[in-house]
Amino acid sequence: MSLNKEQIKYLAILSRMDIQDSEIKDVVDKLSRIVEFVDQLQAVSTEGTEPMAHPLEQGQRLRIDKVTEDNQREKIQLNANETNNGMYLVPKVID
Amino acid sequence: MIIKEIQNMTLCALKQGMKDKDFTSLEITEVLLSRINGLGATLNAFITVTAEQAIKEAKDADKLIATGKDKPLLGLPIAHKDLFCTDGVLTSCASKMLHNFIPPYDASVVKNLKASGAIMLGKTNMDEFAMGSSNETSYYGPVKNPWNLDLSPGGSSGGSATAVAACLVPAATGTDTGGSIRQPAALTGITGIKPTYGRVSRFGMIAFASSLDQGGVFTRSVEDAALLLGEMAGFDENDSTSVDVPVPDYLGGINQPVKGLKIGLVRQHFDAGLDDDNAIAVKEALDVLKDQGAVIIDIDLPNIELSVPTYYVVASAECSSNLSRYDGVRFGYRAENYKDLNEFYCKTRGEGFGAEVKRRIMTGTYVLSAGYYDAYYLKAQKVRQLISQDFKKAFEKVDLIAGPTTPSPAFSLGAKMDDPIEMYLNDIYTIGANLAGLPGMSIPCGFVNGLPVGLQLVGKHFGEESLLQCGHHYQQATDWHLQIPEQFK
Amino acid sequence: MNSNWEIVIGLEIHAQLATKSKIFSGASTAYGGEPNTQACLVDLGYPGTLPVLNQQAIEMAIRFGLAVDAEISSRSVFARKNYFYPDLPKGYQISQLDLPIVVGGNMSILDGDGNEKIIGITRAHLEEDAGKSVHEGLDGLSGIDLNRAGTPLLEIVSEPEMSSAREAVAYMRKIHSIVRYLEISDGNMQEGSFRCDANVSIKRFDQKELGTRAELKNLNSFKFIEKAINHEVMRQIEIIEDGGEVKQETRLYDSDLDETRPMRSKEEANDYRYFPDPDLLPVIIDETYIADIKKTLPELPNAKQQRFIETYNLKVSDAQILTTTKQLADFYEAVEKIANTESQISANWVIGDYTAALNRDDLEIKDAKLSAADLAGLLNKIADQTISGKIAKEVFEAMWDGEGSAEEIIESKGLVQITDDSEIETIIDQVIENNPSQLAEYLSGKDRLFGFFVGQVMKETKGKANPQKVNEILKNKLT
Repeated sequence: MSLNKEQIKYLAILSRMDIQDSEIKDVVDKLSRIVEFVDQLQAVSTEGTEPMAHPLEQGQRLRIDKVTEDNQREKIQLNANETNNGMYLVPKVID
Repeated sequence: MIIKEIQNMTLCALKQGMKDKDFTSLEITEVLLSRINGLGATLNAFITVTAEQAIKEAKDADKLIATGKDKPLLGLPIAHKDLFCTDGVLTSCASKMLHNFIPPYDASVVKNLKASGAIMLGKTNMDEFAMGSSNETSYYGPVKNPWNLDLSPGGSSGGSATAVAACLVPAATGTDTGGSIRQPAALTGITGIKPTYGRVSRFGMIAFASSLDQGGVFTRSVEDAALLLGEMAGFDENDSTSVDVPVPDYLGGINQPVKGLKIGLVRQHFDAGLDDDNAIAVKEALDVLKDQGAVIIDIDLPNIELSVPTYYVVASAECSSNLSRYDGVRFGYRAENYKDLNEFYCKTRGEGFGAEVKRRIMTGTYVLSAGYYDAYYLKAQKVRQLISQDFKKAFEKVDLIAGPTTPSPAFSLGAKMDDPIEMYLNDIYTIGANLAGLPGMSIPCGFVNGLPVGLQLVGKHFGEESLLQCGHHYQQATDWHLQIPEQFK
Repeated sequence: MNSNWEIVIGLEIHAQLATKSKIFSGASTAYGGEPNTQACLVDLGYPGTLPVLNQQAIEMAIRFGLAVDAEISSRSVFARKNYFYPDLPKGYQISQLDLPIVVGGNMSILDGDGNEKIIGITRAHLEEDAGKSVHEGLDGLSGIDLNRAGTPLLEIVSEPEMSSAREAVAYMRKIHSIVRYLEISDGNMQEGSFRCDANVSIKRFDQKELGTRAELKNLNSFKFIEKAINHEVMRQIEIIEDGGEVKQETRLYDSDLDETRPMRSKEEANDYRYFPDPDLLPVIIDETYIADIKKTLPELPNAKQQRFIETYNLKVSDAQILTTTKQLADFYEAVEKIANTESQISANWVIGDYTAALNRDDLEIKDAKLSAADLAGLLNKIADQTISGKIAKEVFEAMWDGEGSAEEIIESKGLVQITDDSEIETIIDQVIENNPSQLAEYLSGKDRLFGFFVGQVMKETKGKANPQKVNEILKNKLT
């Protein structure tokens, strides 16, 4: 199945990525080819097959409930672009 | 010992040399740093060279050696793929998104190798976020193949492969999600191993596709791979998908005979798509193993051709979610002009990610979105199960599976950039091992048109030992792995 | 509420679990730290970091499941819920969708008529809490504090089976009580440890299918839940009666304005794209583990209430109040054990004066100066007729303020009851003598003046006269 421009725009919104007008034709074209390529899976009979989410067959290991991390804010926030009083700043969040 | 030869030596030989006081760790480090910054600079294999730190560590190592201390990798230089977090050193994933990211911690792999005494020379170039098979999607520009500078070294760990192949460093770490260690190892003529999923900790290894990613190594011999893998592998409580199984003495067990070893040859691997000369090289390699007593058995992996589309659904889905954390708030690239929160996100991510990464994020978003989940993502999970079952059945009959690593030798830079499918199909032989979580290794097995090609060996879960034994015996009988590109001798 | 309409309410309760560390990291869950001082690399979604599941969170979820007679899944799966929001560092929330840890279950409440009603619990799943945004004093920007990010939450989803705001509150209170009994959540609503979203719809009584629902977000007090739901019901009735249609949307309750408004952030295109988190493996829980946890469960409110009714012969409503929290129930039982008063009288004191004093001073039981033994000591002074019930209230206040034991206060204030017949008789004679007109009226048949004489005697004795004796002697004198 090939994708159209509107679908690409919707995917760009969902994934919060600007796609420039100059890029869009290339994206439509390549993404359509990828989707057409993976469409071959539709023809495979998978009746009764359990989906495999993970290569490991074991269960989740559990951690003892203990505080092991101390405050590293100063070091960590060296990577932050904008902070104020230890808070990360972003454009106004509207509920 | 002539210092000039240091560059060509394996880890094991360098270790012996230091022990015999032929040279010091500092001398090794200086020779390699000068190659990296000199002859090797045209290859664009490194994103960061940590010269100062390396020299300091080498001096410290020499002091320890002088006092008779020993550690398995003491004083041996290596490089890390630029997606292993290194405390205080830029870790960019070859993306504009992380061009300014300085991790405040070491990845478990980095920590383990440091603890074993290894010295880091720098961080190697790669495809952006490990998404690519040619190293052309890097924000820092493509890496060149030392066998021919117009060609791609493969990817995504192209920088690590090239650095080892061009003798800029004896060994380097890499990661393999669909072939990102084995394919560049094959295309640059070196040894590359991706262990069983869960064998090497993923903590601190920046994720592309969590259920497929696995760290591994590039070396110039299987023996070195055994040494290095043994030091980097092991259980890590910080990674829920790390498996608590003791790490065997890979190096110590490497001489186990291959006599009677049953090696499966996958019929489907020799169907259309495989370069004829490449096929011949692989068959000749198997003859060598046969001569050493291995038994070659034809096997079927009936669903293996579905591995590429399956992989592109699963890997894209996981990456679309894994890469959502890059939003410009806590680290990384942040767009400059925006009118509100939404535009802030869209610009940051639109400008910070390259074209291939964006395509994969959008593909992943698509296959997980309402109305398409069952048809794509769930379907791919089921086909993944079929492929995994195929391997299980095959391993009832054989100990190892052998075949080509890639369909053909290295291709020109730019040759496949316009056709994502053709690029993806380069990984057709390697992806299966990732889907099933199996260990895989590529070793050089000949030349086609003057370019190296690889033999791939795939083992059972936690069957690294037999891969290494088989590969080591092959390298005892052949010298393909000793070839060095003319320009970098 | 308008009687043409049937109200349908389902609640999604979020209870923060009282673990020491976060659900997927070793950072502290303590409340009130400086911004981002309890957000470690995992909580911040730092590249390369991975989640490891907290065993205590699993155990707490199982405790809850067992307490509401639910099934504990032998295999449950964590999934990623993908959306962008600044307080969600990874761009996805680790939650559970298809295979939650707790499935089914039920909770009994009292409906509007005081009858028992069973509310079905659909499921309860584990997930991580998000951080917080702060908007004040940041020059038009928002500040993100991720200390709360990664705190374990148990999301308890009910069936849409409540038919009034009061039932919703009753259900929420019951769940609140249960999680505190189980000691799996501190239930602190001011700090956001216990909050809920309400799905509200209305339909005509003759209508079969459910109406379109609106989701009310983040209701964090019992008062607000009731107000918000009532407000929302009125809004929906008005819309439909005006010929309109209720829109399926998420609304935020504004407690200052007492109104709900659509959440703008939820109006944008959203598709959560849930899929199993590949960084985490399925949680496998075996029967032995469940059985071991079951052994450690405390007596729960319903069972305790029943036992209180049977053992102490209490009124149903009193037993219910006393068992609201384990602390209050334990306190009552401690008093009851020592006090020689009737169980119901002890209950009256615990529910009445004692609880009122706690509320007045905004104290927790553990913080009050007055112990169960102290209160029982006071009740024993009533039982042995040292003081009257009325005087006891005065003594109680003094004890509450830490002035001493019941005995000491009675002694120092001279509050010992007058039980000597001749002393009471003398006072009664005095009172009769001083009130001839009332005496005449009484004798002419105005019986209710008897109380007047009792009152006068109590006044003379400053309340210390034994009321039974006063009654007895006065009756003899006046006939």
